[in-house]
Amino acid sequence: MQATKAKTTPHTRDRVTPPFWVLAELTYQCPLHCAFCSNPVNLDAIKTELDTASWKDVLKQARALGAVQLGFSGGEPLQRDDLEELVAYAHGLGFYTNLITSGVGFNEARAKALKAAGLDHVQLSFQDSTPELNDFLSHTRTFDLKQRVAKLIKAQGWPMVINVVLHRHNLDHVATIIDMALELDAQYLELANTQYYGWAWKNRQALMPTRAQLVRAEAVVNDYRARIGQRCQLIFVVPDYFEGRPKPCMNGWGNVFLAIAPDGLAMPCHAARDLPGLELPNVRTSAISAIWYESAAFNAYRGEHWMAEPCRSCDERHHDFGGCRCQAWLMTGQAEQADPVCSKSPHHEKVTEVINRTTTGLVEQPLLFRQNPKSAQKRPVN
Amino acid sequence: MATDEGWLPALAGGIRLQFEQAQDSWVLLYPEGMARLNPSAAEILKRCDGSLSVKEITAELEIAFSTSNIEDEVQQLTQAAKQRGWLV
Repeated sequence: MQATKAKTTPHTRDRVTPPFWVLAELTYQCPLHCAFCSNPVNLDAIKTELDTASWKDVLKQARALGAVQLGFSGGEPLQRDDLEELVAYAHGLGFYTNLITSGVGFNEARAKALKAAGLDHVQLSFQDSTPELNDFLSHTRTFDLKQRVAKLIKAQGWPMVINVVLHRHNLDHVATIIDMALELDAQYLELANTQYYGWAWKNRQALMPTRAQLVRAEAVVNDYRARIGQRCQLIFVVPDYFEGRPKPCMNGWGNVFLAIAPDGLAMPCHAARDLPGLELPNVRTSAISAIWYESAAFNAYRGEHWMAEPCRSCDERHHDFGGCRCQAWLMTGQAEQADPVCSKSPHHEKVTEVINRTTTGLVEQPLLFRQNPKSAQKRPVN
Repeated sequence: MATDEGWLPALAGGIRLQFEQAQDSWVLLYPEGMARLNPSAAEILKRCDGSLSVKEITAELEIAFSTSNIEDEVQQLTQAAKQRGWLV
């Protein structure tokens, strides 16, 4: 997730800062079927999408609160034919607009229209560095298309971030992935180790790399960094299962990040939909300022009041915020527990067991590819 | 310090400079991030439009703010911004 690059002003109990990053998940529709997708598994249950006017209203309210960065994501945001209209509107409000795309649906006409609308930056995903593996991992024939899209992005003069989600099946290809990014002239390459939510959680053991794979991959990345200098910035997103300390998830709950799901659900993290006992507000019925400052969901894990031991008395709590609530819930059944990737967590053995199984007695589990919504309705016509 | 005599600093593609009410300051926006600028950094970067050299920017600022001997500061800031890919 991108919020790690957002401003890192620590949250203090008496001063809630405005949202900085708004992630507009325009649709869960996606032509890809990635086995590591972090979208919800029960996509079929999520029906009607927000219409154009509702999105504009949401963006206007978020900008008025002080939000600056806006990501258009999904699913595949290009599936919405009002993307250009929403980008133009957001640009007019003063947002810095980021498009986070698989490239499917991108063509020269849309590239020009998005440029004219004021789109600031494009992040393009690849699944691997060869057609065979890219197409296997996304369960679609998209590699050649992505190469063409990368050229269209460069032709419009956008800064290009290439994002590749890393796991057991492609970590050993990091060198060729970097070569590909250099050839396509990306300014940034985000090598994002899989985060285990949604479909990735279902495929956790099949995607989990060995420690040796990670060590090798990181050495390759460091070697390239030393050689290529400023030409392309390599961002290696740390795999928290192997770190012994949790990531400062979302830079703190309700601190900088606000995600809006296709159905209007407002979330402090894009995986928060599944957390039990959390009544997520909806932009159809609540104002953004009430959602951000007053809703029970956004205050539930804000600051430190909710923490249990060992977090409550831990001197690292101010910078890692106890890690990820969703991960704590997935592994311990309780969201207020310390994130079990932390070696101080009493549940840490749940993480070490998974890592140990990557080298001992691993039964190869077939990858379960994401199924796309069958009954999801298209958004209503305005 | 390295000096680029003929360099006319300009914001790199994809970098935006704007005033943010909520931050009460000028900020630089780049893919997925933001840098909050102190007032002098903002005044320098506002003049990096590809038409002025570092010396000319310095001269403008010295007149505008009735000050002198700030070339080192302008030089350092523009070089640091270039290193980060904000200026070309």
